[in-house]
Amino acid sequence: MLKKRIIPCLDIRDGRTVKGVQFINLRDAGDAVELARAYAQQGADELVFLDITATVEQRSALIHLVEKVAAAIHIPFTVGGGINSVADASALIQAGADKVSINSAALKNPPLIRELANTFGSQCIVLAIDARRETDGWRVYVHGGRTPTSRSALDWAKEAEQLGAGEILLTSMNHDGAKTGFALDLIREIAAAVQIPVIASGGAGQLVHFEEIFTHTQASAALAAGIFHFGEISIPEVKQFLKNRQIPVR
Amino acid sequence: MIAIVKYNAGNIRSVENALQRLGQDCLITDIPEQILRADKVIFPGVGEAGSAMAHLRERGLDQLICTLAQPVLGICLGLQLLCRHSEESNTPCLGIFDAQVRRFPPLDKVPHVGWDNFSHCSGPLFMGVHPSEDVYYVHSYYADLCPHTVAVCDYILPFSAALQRDNFFGVQFHPEKSADTGEKILQNFLAL
Repeated sequence: MLKKRIIPCLDIRDGRTVKGVQFINLRDAGDAVELARAYAQQGADELVFLDITATVEQRSALIHLVEKVAAAIHIPFTVGGGINSVADASALIQAGADKVSINSAALKNPPLIRELANTFGSQCIVLAIDARRETDGWRVYVHGGRTPTSRSALDWAKEAEQLGAGEILLTSMNHDGAKTGFALDLIREIAAAVQIPVIASGGAGQLVHFEEIFTHTQASAALAAGIFHFGEISIPEVKQFLKNRQIPVR
Repeated sequence: MIAIVKYNAGNIRSVENALQRLGQDCLITDIPEQILRADKVIFPGVGEAGSAMAHLRERGLDQLICTLAQPVLGICLGLQLLCRHSEESNTPCLGIFDAQVRRFPPLDKVPHVGWDNFSHCSGPLFMGVHPSEDVYYVHSYYADLCPHTVAVCDYILPFSAALQRDNFFGVQFHPEKSADTGEKILQNFLAL
């Protein structure tokens, strides 16, 4: 049986993790490679690295980091942030990333999704959607959540699937960091409307939130950052909790 | 020396990384003499069947692969190209395994992405591997069950998770991305 995936997300700047992390037995909490290795050992099913830098110099630091991570861990990982072209994606995939995640550039230029899917295969292309609940529904935001677009999350998800996206990483901006649980209505609606897997993101704060997302929606995976980095909840705890509730996990 | 067949299929690096973690020297190459001389050959790949087969044919690698006598391991698209035919771009393949490659019917999420176990697994690749162990898959096409099937995964329908015919092996999952279980399977191949 296909397992539900638990995915820690690491924010990267200049080749290092940004948020301070409180992780057992780590000499340098900011070292992304060491953190990746620790998560892989703990049973993380995949990792996501989000680069929050922009300059060319820092970009080469990211490529170098991807090479080191690819050599160090034996589980799949996705890299996102600042990917604007096939060349950007190619540099990361050549360095060893299994998948790339695109966001703002795809909204500005939707055919980029098709171009990437045709070049690398759909399985490599994760479309990240940042959505905020407004009076008329869930609206897509870009540029790290700073800029609203005219698109509804549902329409954009369906279009991205048609264009060849292989997975959707769906974040509720309302829930992100709030630790009050995932946006069940948003995730439920979109995961039911598309055939590709949906990774739920934003809002994980307690073990029960992981149970909710997998019992109330068709999400294939759940992503979280802070609770794992700060040691509030560990990956083995999440896995055991879900196992006890007959939710299939590795 | 292990030869990793170089062709237009992405993420060959991850196989190289996995072998290096196991302390195994390897060479990514499309030079026929180097492939023929290797102790073992890995035929990796993610990508599209039609363009991959065209690329292999242009370089004469299609015929070369079929003549190899040492252990050969096809991974993911590599497994599919070792089958008879793929529905993807209606592509005639190498015909080592007597299986047809088809697209999953849209009865659940496609692609099949993530960790999945076996309903059955046997043979030298799976020494010390229990069917309940999970490996990592990412694919939209699958190989039918056939007399060469040595491991079965059940997603939407039962399909060939692994195939074996004589010295040819194929796995639909990615052992190089399948944590400890994947390393065990790669080590079993290296020990052949």
